[in-house]
Amino acid sequence: MLPQTADYMRLLPEIVLTVFGMIVMVMDAAAEGRGEGRSRGRSIGRIKDRRIEKILGAVALVGSLAAITATFVQAQYPGFAFWNMVQVDSFSVFFHFLVAAVTAVVILTSFEYMEVQQIRAGEYYALILFGAAGMSLMSSAVELVLVFIALEISSISTYVLAGFRRRAAISSESSVKYFLLGSFATAFFLYGVALMFGATGSTNIATIGDVLRSGQIPLLAYAGVALMFVGLGFKVAAAPFHIWTPDVYEGAPSPVVGFMSTAPKAAVFAVLLRIMFEAHAPGRIGLIWVVAALSMTIGNLGALVQDNIKRLLAYSSIAHAGYLLVAYAALPDNGIPAAMFYTASYAAMNVGAFAVVSHFGSAGERYVTLGDYSGLGRRSPLLAATLTIFLLSLIGIPITGGFFAKFYVFSAALQANLVGLVIVGVLNSAVGAYYYLRIIVVMYMREPQQEVPVARIPVGLGFALAISLVTTIYLGVLPGRVLEYASRTATAWMR
Amino acid sequence: MTPNLHLWLIPVLALIGAAINGLFGKRFSRQTVVAVALLFSGAAFAFALWVASQFSSLTTPHIETLATWIRAGEFRADFAFYLDQLSLVMLLVVTGVGFLIHIYSVGYMWEEGGFYRFFAYLNLFMFFMLTLVLASNYLLMFIGWEGVGLASYLLIGFWFTKDSAAAAGKKAFIVNRIGDFGFLIALFLMIQHFGSLDFAQVARGASPALPGGEALLTTIGLLLMVGAAGKSAQIPLYVWLPDAMEGPTPVSALIHAATMVTAGVYMVSRSHVIFEHAPGAMMVVAIIGTLTALFAATIGMCQTDIKKVLAYSTVSQLGYMFIACGVGAFSAGIFHLMTHAFFKGLLFLAAGSVIHAVGGEQDMRKMGGLRTKIPWTFWTMTAGTFAIAGFPPLAGFFSKDAILFKAFTSTYGSWIYWAIGVFTAFLTSFYMFRQWFSTFFGEYRGDDRADFHGHGEHGHGGIHESPAVMLVPLVILALLSVCGGWIGSERFDKFLAPAFHASEFTPVVQHGAMGMGPDTVVPATPVLPTGRRDVEVSETLLTGISVAAALLGFLLAGQLYYRRRDLPGKIARALGGFYETVLHKYYVDKIYAAVFVKPLIEGSTKLLWHGIDRDVIDASIDNSADGAREVSDAVRHMQSGNIRSYAGWVAAGAALVILYMVWVGTR
Amino acid sequence: MVPVSYYLILSGILFACGVTGFLIKRNIITIFMSIELMLNGVNLSFVAFAAEWKALSGQVFVFFVMVVAAAEAAVGLAIIIAVYRTRETLNVDQVNLLKL
Repeated sequence: MLPQTADYMRLLPEIVLTVFGMIVMVMDAAAEGRGEGRSRGRSIGRIKDRRIEKILGAVALVGSLAAITATFVQAQYPGFAFWNMVQVDSFSVFFHFLVAAVTAVVILTSFEYMEVQQIRAGEYYALILFGAAGMSLMSSAVELVLVFIALEISSISTYVLAGFRRRAAISSESSVKYFLLGSFATAFFLYGVALMFGATGSTNIATIGDVLRSGQIPLLAYAGVALMFVGLGFKVAAAPFHIWTPDVYEGAPSPVVGFMSTAPKAAVFAVLLRIMFEAHAPGRIGLIWVVAALSMTIGNLGALVQDNIKRLLAYSSIAHAGYLLVAYAALPDNGIPAAMFYTASYAAMNVGAFAVVSHFGSAGERYVTLGDYSGLGRRSPLLAATLTIFLLSLIGIPITGGFFAKFYVFSAALQANLVGLVIVGVLNSAVGAYYYLRIIVVMYMREPQQEVPVARIPVGLGFALAISLVTTIYLGVLPGRVLEYASRTATAWMR
Repeated sequence: MTPNLHLWLIPVLALIGAAINGLFGKRFSRQTVVAVALLFSGAAFAFALWVASQFSSLTTPHIETLATWIRAGEFRADFAFYLDQLSLVMLLVVTGVGFLIHIYSVGYMWEEGGFYRFFAYLNLFMFFMLTLVLASNYLLMFIGWEGVGLASYLLIGFWFTKDSAAAAGKKAFIVNRIGDFGFLIALFLMIQHFGSLDFAQVARGASPALPGGEALLTTIGLLLMVGAAGKSAQIPLYVWLPDAMEGPTPVSALIHAATMVTAGVYMVSRSHVIFEHAPGAMMVVAIIGTLTALFAATIGMCQTDIKKVLAYSTVSQLGYMFIACGVGAFSAGIFHLMTHAFFKGLLFLAAGSVIHAVGGEQDMRKMGGLRTKIPWTFWTMTAGTFAIAGFPPLAGFFSKDAILFKAFTSTYGSWIYWAIGVFTAFLTSFYMFRQWFSTFFGEYRGDDRADFHGHGEHGHGGIHESPAVMLVPLVILALLSVCGGWIGSERFDKFLAPAFHASEFTPVVQHGAMGMGPDTVVPATPVLPTGRRDVEVSETLLTGISVAAALLGFLLAGQLYYRRRDLPGKIARALGGFYETVLHKYYVDKIYAAVFVKPLIEGSTKLLWHGIDRDVIDASIDNSADGAREVSDAVRHMQSGNIRSYAGWVAAGAALVILYMVWVGTR
Repeated sequence: MVPVSYYLILSGILFACGVTGFLIKRNIITIFMSIELMLNGVNLSFVAFAAEWKALSGQVFVFFVMVVAAAEAAVGLAIIIAVYRTRETLNVDQVNLLKL
């Protein structure tokens, strides 16, 4: 039995992303070959480089937009593809859209960044697209083999992306740390899959769920869940597997951090949802309870005294992973929509915050400490106001997406009678308000310490900021439609 | 069929004003900024008046649903606005007083930088406040609730070049977060148990017959009270309000006296059904109110900053409103809220006018004898002072009297509340007249700094009366402070009755047994025992006592701060330690810093941050850096930068997770 | 026939060896080889379970793991070279600029 057209349609966004990624790579290679042959003069070569890079960036952007379009095509073909390896349902479509949108925003942010940092950009865009393909695939994979492969596609791309500021020692360090620890964690995940296979005789998530629901749960399955959770917990930066996050985020290029703190996380959270709920992972609530509480606390306390914005946001992302995990301890019918909503709004606000950070960092990411942000409110009111809104959303102030995200997660947890966890979460978000507010205070209420230049906001970045801003506020003012979509997904799923 | 009033326009008008000034104000001239700000806040007020004129033709509560906002499964919340007697009163107070303060600000802020920003924030505040009072469900209310907090944060920190202003803004924000989360958990509990956040549905759902019954309602009530305590500056969350005086004076008048801080009272009144079924929660409300009223009044006696006196006085008066709520006399609470908005708004604006006159000086010890120099300010402030002190027939007398009477006679009441209330009334009168005498009587004790102050462009040096644009609002508010109470608490009570006894119960009007006693509306189904206790006490006597208390305060203040100016120092010395304690506001800020703030920051520093001296913004953190160096290597190595140790953490975490899961599996 | 538990224990030992190697070795290349060892431990258990369940998918999984491991090695070595260029060392304990 050969794959049908519909099978390919169900994989369309991944195919589009991969094809565009390859186009970018080939074009880059071709341009490089020609460039070396013709112009020995360095300056001319550089100008040429710049132009070619812009073209490559544009192609990558088209690729990500095509992927968004492909998502809508894909949505017309719900069902299984490739012998039950891939499942297209409204759940996977949601995450496909999210990943593709984040990719587009990150590419828009990168235009300026690449130019300012003078990074050769060809493979950069290709890697982003390949990574996005992996992340998309993760959200629709219902076979653990495929989950593993998709996870690796996305991880390997991000390992390389983290080290893209080749001249900076901290960037390659960030890359190697991420790579070694990431592979380490992946091995745990894989071992978990193996044990799960041993316990149930299958690697298909639905089948595993059926087996685990039907009878006595073997001890092996518990160990399997534990190991898989270690691997996935590492990827989403949940404590105690969060340890790599601050270092890697500090060293990696800012747009890449914006990317890897949102898209792959969203995808891994999707996988985690499938494993926790569809595969009916045993021992879920207690495990999640502890990990969520720990992540929130460590993340927020760690961020309290950070001076480096990227490090601060890294700790904040640990805390947010904790908030998000709270939804996993809740009941599926409101935990799933709450988790989906949280991923979306977190993606919007975080990718936006990192876009500001990457613009403000200037050449060599020189300006990344809190002190550099002082007086930003007067030097660049628009940039400061934008960042303020993202930060308010991260705090969880109403009329931003962050508020409803927390609101749904906590209310879902309360409906599952997790009062203790909710109290921990609520206290944590009160603590969290402090350090986000510190940035706002510095921006608006301090005199600038030194003359830190603020460049004009280029068009690409402007679009990126506008998209994330509008999304953040849209989710805060009219969360209804997204939430309704997510709820329908959950009900369809549970049936 | 009830007419569509387009209530949504009221907040949106304010929002448009904020948007225009915020986005384009930088390029506008001052006149244009003023025109925009006044036009839109005035339009909101006019609209509110029109709504009030239409009110009698409405079936209440009048609900206008704009759009479905959130629908997720069973739960649903709408963009809907809710108008009943209660929200109408709030609406008029907010738009009316708000508009007057807008006018006043034109004069007060004219010379300040960031003029357009100020008005944009002010209009933004109006938008959120109006959303808060007009919302038809708790979620929309919460949006307004957080929004006013945000606007207040922006306005407190308006003079952000002042470090203290920035710190005060942050403090207000953080303290409010604590309260807000109490509120938020209450909302979650409501969703969980009532399946809705609509006022009407929650009121219908809240009955002791619920699973969990009274305990649940008490929990919700207490959590709501945590929220209210944060916003309305009650013990133990009041600490932010006095610091909030760092903001411009019109802001203090609008936000920290007349409107925002009363949001807690409004919210508790709005949730009266929940509280009525939870006597335990009611008692806590009443006790917190009583303690706050007394506590803040004692601090107010020792303050020397003219605005700080008013700030503590506000905290104390809010305490009165919570006493009213706590004894089930919600309408008396709202009545006091309204009169308080008049006279406290007036007092702040007048204080602003005084500060303006003496060139930015806020210390009362450096004032005096201003009576003849700024007569308009003097006479209006006199009206406000007599009103707050509770002299008949001014507004404060009626509302305070209603509260004290209810505190004594209500079934939830007790003579203790009443006694402390009366004593506080005496203190109130004392510190207010202390302020009045030291500001306006005696001789001028300030230096001649006033000659060179920043308002010099007015063309005349020295102490001068404020411009007309500031005086007109003062006069109007003074008139309201005088006459605002004449409506009488009975009539007010009757007017509000439908809001407080939900419409599904057929109200039966029952005339009070005592001649002057307020007519009480008892619902046909007796949810709430509104009847009074059998107490053999005439209202005249109670009234007499409280007036006497006010008079005593007046005389004592006159004696100490007008006739014998040497006495206060002697008394302070005699009281020694106690005076010191009160002067330092009972060291509450210091205690909070020592008990909560410092351990939190130090703990996180020690646990997760190496002890390298970094120039962290809060200097307080610096001290703990030394301690951090001594912390054990094991903890420090959590973020050592070493890959192998990181892997060790991951492996250790993995081992724990596996052990836990295997333990769960074998259990 | 050798019982499946023997294989599992051996695979567990291999995995643990890999973890230990990661924790105690200082050379980045050696650490990377330890990860390969962990993956091989996993592969062994896949094969053992596949034989136990008489399901081919476990064996197929092993091939995928090998392919992915090869890809990871290619990228990993490139990253390691990049580190060596800036740092001129492969001692992992000296790669610690980012901390605190």
